[in-house]
Amino acid sequence: MTSKKRQDMTIGEALRANGVSRRGFLKFCAATASLMALPPGAATAIAAALEKAKRPSVIWLSFQECTGCTESLTRSHSPSIEGLIFDAISLDYHHTLQAAAGHGAEAAREEAMKEHHGKYILVVDGSIPMKDDGVYSTIAGMTNLAMLKEAAAGAAAIVAVGTCAAYGGLPAADPNPTGAVAVSEIIKDKPIINVSGCPPIPVVITGVLAQFLTFGLPELDDLGRPKAFYGQNIHDRCYRRPFYERGQFAETFDDEGAKKGWCLYKLGCKGPITYNACATTKWNEGTSFPIQSGHGCIGCSEPDFWDMGGFYKALSQGKLGSAEGLAAAAGIGAAIGIGSALLGSSGQKAAKAEIKAKLDKDMEATK
Amino acid sequence: MTLLDFARGPGMQWSLIILIVGILWRVVGTLLLSAEKDYSQARQGGTGPGIRAVFRRFWPHPEFVKPTLFHMVGGYTLHIGLFVVIFLFAPHILWFADLLGLPVWANLPNNIIMLAGALTAASLVAFVLRRMTHPVMRRISGFDDYASNIVTLLPVVTGMLAFAHTPIARYETLLALHLLSVELLFVWIPLSKLAHALFFIPSRYQLGAAFGRRGVKV
Repeated sequence: MTSKKRQDMTIGEALRANGVSRRGFLKFCAATASLMALPPGAATAIAAALEKAKRPSVIWLSFQECTGCTESLTRSHSPSIEGLIFDAISLDYHHTLQAAAGHGAEAAREEAMKEHHGKYILVVDGSIPMKDDGVYSTIAGMTNLAMLKEAAAGAAAIVAVGTCAAYGGLPAADPNPTGAVAVSEIIKDKPIINVSGCPPIPVVITGVLAQFLTFGLPELDDLGRPKAFYGQNIHDRCYRRPFYERGQFAETFDDEGAKKGWCLYKLGCKGPITYNACATTKWNEGTSFPIQSGHGCIGCSEPDFWDMGGFYKALSQGKLGSAEGLAAAAGIGAAIGIGSALLGSSGQKAAKAEIKAKLDKDMEATK
Repeated sequence: MTLLDFARGPGMQWSLIILIVGILWRVVGTLLLSAEKDYSQARQGGTGPGIRAVFRRFWPHPEFVKPTLFHMVGGYTLHIGLFVVIFLFAPHILWFADLLGLPVWANLPNNIIMLAGALTAASLVAFVLRRMTHPVMRRISGFDDYASNIVTLLPVVTGMLAFAHTPIARYETLLALHLLSVELLFVWIPLSKLAHALFFIPSRYQLGAAFGRRGVKV
């Protein structure tokens, strides 16, 4: 450790203090540039910006969540350079990772908020319950709603990590018993970057932070996600796409089609409506991703993915619920048909009687 | 609720309800209408000629082949194309299987489906253009004719755009538009000339049987 205080170090200094070589650092910058589909020259710009950037204060709030986002980030990549980037930021508050507990932990959050007011990055994972004044999730006696509002007030930007924070996610699934909502439904006056996924890809989380530190706010799609990581459709990038085109599908998870690696559309793959970097960056340090492992995409980076009609139901299959409505429709249709036929018959009879009466009258007149 | 959620859920459900109510209303209502009793002595039974007429009228009388060639070629292209696209495209098969509780049947490769879709769309466009330009067709065409053509064309075109992931919109938007256009078709079928899909067999049979009774060769 250098004599400089840790919080005063730049990211470059912090990385060197952690034993990361210049070569390793540049490799990370090149990989980040590549992830963002930037030209090779941008790696140098990223390196220069990160080298000089002060370690930003990060306050990480965990609300209605499962800790999967933190697990994803810390477990799968540690002790990689991406993990060290996280080491290089000043993570001042994080339930799971911080050593402090109880009042000490909350004091650390309050101190960081005060000291870095207007400059810190607020990371949120988990949705926020709104029903019954938000009593369904509290931290140190404070509702998630109150804590989010308080922390957001002094934040430079908010990163909503995971689909729960970005769109409500699993807690907001029908019937949404706690009235769970996304960060963006509460905070309207701060820039919000949604890093969706259940969980998000670790390198995407660090990549977004690197992008933010280097270039400022990234370009976002209409769902508030960085286009650099969420601009591509899983189906378009899927290596099984040729089998979709040929009409070759796995029908079950253990049939010949599955063994041959055919398309998983019939098994409920939501790749065609999902935008994420899974098919390109993959998981576990580029090892694989769900489709490669034989399971269809569940669309976890999309809003309401939990209510898309079932993970194993093909996308083309409707969300029709029960067939009772359709059966009732058949009954109603038949009843209307019978009614209209009866009306038609009585109309015919009336018309006949009218014609007969007219004919009889004419006959009488000619007599 | 996104547009796609609406199209996959309530939109689909309500359009199917309208389709089913409409079909049963029209079919039951028509079949139960009392026909005039025929007091003449039958020269032969009506069943055989009725069934024959159902099949015989898939092709016109030799005298009319040439004058109706455009409609014959276009009509067959359109209907065979629609059959291939609707019943042999894997995502559609899954939809039917799910709705009707049927086992999944074999599908065709997507390039054949796209070819069938293109031919179907081309024949529908040709029909619309002919209605607009042919002096006789123009006079006998009404709103129902044009609307039925276009309402049939929309799901084909939106389906092809969605399938090809055409970059004019996001895939889920195109898919939602495709589903909504199908739902419009479902609603339109029982209310329009597209109801010929329900009536062409019984009406051919009825006419063939009536002719047969009177000794007309069918």
